[in-house]
Amino acid sequence: MSDKNQIRQTTMAIEAKGLVKVFGKHRAVDGVDLSIPQGTVYGFLGPNGAGKTTTIRMLATLLQPDAGEALIFGHDLNSETEEIKSRISLTGQYASIDEDLTGIENLVLIARLMGYPRRQAKNRAYELLSAFNLEDASKRQVKNYSGGMRRRIDIAASIVVTPDLLFLDEPTTGLDPRSRNQVWDIIRTLVSAGTTVLLTTQYLEEADQLADRIAVINQGKIIAEGTSSELKSSVGTGTLNVTLVDPQEREKAIDVLASKLAVSIHPASDPASLTAQVADPSLGAEALGELAKENIDVSTFSLGQPSLDEVFLTLTGQPMDEKEEEEVKP
Amino acid sequence: MTQSAEMRKQGRNDQLLDAVASSKRPSPPNAFNSSVTFASRALLRIKHIPEQLFDVTVFPIIFLLMFTYLFGGAIAGSTSDYLQFLLPGILVMTVAQITMYTGIDLNNDIRKGIFDRFRTLPIWLPSALIGSLLVDAVRYTMASSIMIILGLILGFRPDGGFIGILGSVALLLIFCFSLSWVWTTLGLIMRSEKSLMMVSMTVLFPLTFVSNVFVDPETLPSWLQGFVDINPISLLVAAVRGLMHGGVTGAQVGWVLLASLIFIVIFAPMTMYLYRNKK
Repeated sequence: MSDKNQIRQTTMAIEAKGLVKVFGKHRAVDGVDLSIPQGTVYGFLGPNGAGKTTTIRMLATLLQPDAGEALIFGHDLNSETEEIKSRISLTGQYASIDEDLTGIENLVLIARLMGYPRRQAKNRAYELLSAFNLEDASKRQVKNYSGGMRRRIDIAASIVVTPDLLFLDEPTTGLDPRSRNQVWDIIRTLVSAGTTVLLTTQYLEEADQLADRIAVINQGKIIAEGTSSELKSSVGTGTLNVTLVDPQEREKAIDVLASKLAVSIHPASDPASLTAQVADPSLGAEALGELAKENIDVSTFSLGQPSLDEVFLTLTGQPMDEKEEEEVKP
Repeated sequence: MTQSAEMRKQGRNDQLLDAVASSKRPSPPNAFNSSVTFASRALLRIKHIPEQLFDVTVFPIIFLLMFTYLFGGAIAGSTSDYLQFLLPGILVMTVAQITMYTGIDLNNDIRKGIFDRFRTLPIWLPSALIGSLLVDAVRYTMASSIMIILGLILGFRPDGGFIGILGSVALLLIFCFSLSWVWTTLGLIMRSEKSLMMVSMTVLFPLTFVSNVFVDPETLPSWLQGFVDINPISLLVAAVRGLMHGGVTGAQVGWVLLASLIFIVIFAPMTMYLYRNKK
């Protein structure tokens, strides 16, 4: 055990330098450097076609990089793939299980392929099904599972033998909020047990919630890297949210703030609320004072960090959801 | 209420934590065990989708009946005479045609995500293919048995006896196992099931029809005879006929084994190369 701890302290889970993957003329991944300590969650945030999946597939030994090098737990990605395979697991964007088989059959299949003897494979499969709250569905074909159940069985298949490094490619895309929260809980539990997680997501909130560090990736390049709050503070502006007692006064409030603060004010969808981008937090206090002077009653008032949406906008000059690009199919 | 929901959730997380923490790392399976596991997957798939067996049950029956009664009178003068000539050929043709489903299954696995999962497992990779080829051998045996039994009922009388039939089925299985690697190669190259089907058909139809399955090649124009004579299907049909009716020569069997070997030597490494390096 102490041996293992020692390795954990000294070896990075992933150390990559200058990874490149080219499809035809398209540079899907264009010089990615990564350094991910063990036991952490690393988030890859970016729009469709940014190169997230391609990077993960390279790191999971599925795709040969065209340039660059990477060490997974100190093992060379090009020459020590067998060593690496025995320590990683991948849950792909598309269900990486046999949909025609039942839940239990899928897990037993993977357990057998991992080397468990028949009896133990079955025990392990049942243990996981129960931990993932899928016992009732164990004898149903996976194609009849809901989206959330499918994701859970997929992750369960990835941890039949607890991996040291788990790749999760868009683990919650298309899930309802309840299923999404379940998947988040699962990821947090895995990390608390010591697994390193590299996940990709298009959702800023997901990266914010789960990841210790985030890389913002766009057009095959990492354009920013850091903790969620580092990324937010690098942008420098904050958001002022004001809700008034009387919605009738909103017009007036907007006029007052616009003239005194010289910033642009946006009415929010709630008829009593408005938001403003302020570069300097001290303007927030000033705004509150101006509103009081005009006798406009405020029910809530908050000054927040910029959202990751704004971070992305600032970094790329384009909002994230408008950056839809042709997805490069691996 | 929320408290109990909270507790349930906590309980499940603890259970998950136990499951994660208790996991040992067994040593990876050997090539035999992983091949058998993949074979069991193929069997489970048949259990869940029994329609898959159509091609090895209903097709052979339809083919045998159709061609015997359609061509029998015209080609040989009587259906029972023609059956003696046709059965070995139609058996080879039917089973050779169903080998292409091996490629289609693989192609489906690739387009779904499970192919990626298998490739990240610490196993001997060819076992994924060998497992399904083992089950295919069972399927081919099934198709052969059905055709031969139906043939016997219709009046097929092989002089080679039971031993001859066993030998011919064994030779057929060896050949089909080898031919399957062509389809796995194509299955890895083609992007969609449709295009794969088209290419497979384009190869299989001329190969099985322009052969000695239906007619004696003597009756063909000489340029066509040249192709028929070297067509591996013709070589196999000649050997199977020889085994079933007696009079097989070592050379006939030798040619089939050589053709099989060539298929394996070219297409098995190509399949494995593509399997490992699939984008």
